[in-house]
Amino acid sequence: MEIIMSILAGFLFTVGLYLILTKNLIRIIIGSSVLSHGAHLLLLTMAGLKTGAPPLLGLEADTYVDPLPQALILTAIVISFGVTSFILVLGYRTYKVTGAAETDQLRGTDTDE
Amino acid sequence: MSNWLILPVLVPLIAGIVALFFPKHVTAQRTWAFITSLILIGVNIFLLTYILSNGIMTLELGGWEAPFGIVLVGDSLAVLLTTTTALVALPIIYFSFSTIGVEREKYYYYAFFQFLISGVSGAFLTGDIFNLFVCFEVLLLASYALIGHGGTKTQLKESFNYVIVNVVSSAFFVIGVAYLYAVTGTLNMAQLSERVGEAGSEPIITVIAILFLIVFGLKGALFPLYFWLPGSYSVPPTAIGAIFAALLTKVGIYSIFRTYSVIFNEDTAITHTILLVLSAVTMIIGVIGAIAYRDVKLILVYNVIVAVGFILFGVASLNSDAFVGAIYYLLHDIVIKAALFLIIGALITAAGTSKLSGMGGMIKHHPLLTWMFFIAALALAGVPPLGGFPGKLMLVVGGAEAGHYIVVAVMMVASLLVLYSVIRIFLQGFLGEPMLTHAEQHGSIKAQMPPIVFLVALSAFMGFGAEIMYPFVESAAETLVNPRAYVEAVLGGNS
Repeated sequence: MEIIMSILAGFLFTVGLYLILTKNLIRIIIGSSVLSHGAHLLLLTMAGLKTGAPPLLGLEADTYVDPLPQALILTAIVISFGVTSFILVLGYRTYKVTGAAETDQLRGTDTDE
Repeated sequence: MSNWLILPVLVPLIAGIVALFFPKHVTAQRTWAFITSLILIGVNIFLLTYILSNGIMTLELGGWEAPFGIVLVGDSLAVLLTTTTALVALPIIYFSFSTIGVEREKYYYYAFFQFLISGVSGAFLTGDIFNLFVCFEVLLLASYALIGHGGTKTQLKESFNYVIVNVVSSAFFVIGVAYLYAVTGTLNMAQLSERVGEAGSEPIITVIAILFLIVFGLKGALFPLYFWLPGSYSVPPTAIGAIFAALLTKVGIYSIFRTYSVIFNEDTAITHTILLVLSAVTMIIGVIGAIAYRDVKLILVYNVIVAVGFILFGVASLNSDAFVGAIYYLLHDIVIKAALFLIIGALITAAGTSKLSGMGGMIKHHPLLTWMFFIAALALAGVPPLGGFPGKLMLVVGGAEAGHYIVVAVMMVASLLVLYSVIRIFLQGFLGEPMLTHAEQHGSIKAQMPPIVFLVALSAFMGFGAEIMYPFVESAAETLVNPRAYVEAVLGGNS
């Protein structure tokens, strides 16, 4: 199971990085989301995918799954959610102010000689 | 008593939250930001003296024992850095009063500033690798907001790159944490140190160490991961550029200090050789940039990159003299980069341009600013009585002890070229023929002088008072050379 999940995470990294290397701002933002999906999936996989009850003590099971990575993923998800919403608005503002929807139109600043 | 350790994080956090409630009252915002920064300095200096007399201080948050809960560790290195952070935050806040503009101040500028300081202090104090990630995100989110604050065209152009680079490096950080958790089964740095020690020289540990070097190298602008820095640091207003240059890259450098001394200290042949080569190339790339540009902001920005190379050379040399030098240089560099950015900000205010060709003869109307810049330039280069000297001296001694003679030579030449790059600003911008009469200049810089004088005086104190600082720096280097002390302070008897 871990092997399949690792391949899936690797596939998500490939797609994410490919999208980030394209020119369109929206595709870059989607790429960053896909990349963080891959990272979260990898975090879950790396902690081990042994069978066990959900980490709820009321179930009184013999074995539970590891609760720590779930807490880490939850934290990482809200952080990447916050960053993604910021970057979407930033992309929108950038498009409104500079009229650029592609990265090569974002080159050059006032400080260049 | 140990609860005091949370205050460097908590004071700016509460200050920022309170500042959210009255955004339109600019005078109240300013007063509040100023008072809370003063309190932050007081708290930090108290902690620093306490730790020097009583040893490493730990705080188990929520009362959970060390490997299971999150622990804050205040050793001298962490608290020296939070103290320096507080000491540069105050003058930069004061500098913002007259430069940042009322419109920006009304839109939560001081709140973002305080959140940034809170994240930086948290990153310095934490003893948990995932908590380090969270603190990084706290300071990065505040920095995203600050870099685009005001929303001018150039700021928006550069902030998009900055955010994307940091999103990618954060994803790599999560991946690194995932691998490390899979190998060791813990997130606490002290326990990681023990478990990595037990795993010995397994190649996977080296791979993870290099992954963390990539992550922190991206945050700290190490070659070849520095490409995002020149644009991002030169577009925001001076006060924001100053706080970025002083603190943000230093958090990445500090993380390399911490991970490479406490966690990945078993098999150093590969990782520290990579670090050595990268630090040398970083110095070279930095000075090439510093000499190539004719724009005062970009000259300073490339000097930030040179300093990253100098400091990491100390880590790569891995002996106690080099660590003392690196810590000394790190602390002084926080102060001097803030000072130089503020001076350049005042210069640009007066000259109305950041091009070196458009300014000249500032000494005629601004003698104090000129001499402040001259002192700061010499301190940056490391001329003996001033602040940059003790750090560089110890770096050279430590590097020679480790036998890295070529890199020591590169460092000496780089120092010379750093001096050339800033003296060129002095000769052309401050001396020479005046371009503008006093009346033609673009605004008064009188209100901007007190923070500049304060920072230059602080830098001078670091040089003249080197003997006063030495015991702090030495005990900070002690925990880096001998991480056992750190591990024992955190885990105590229950490891």
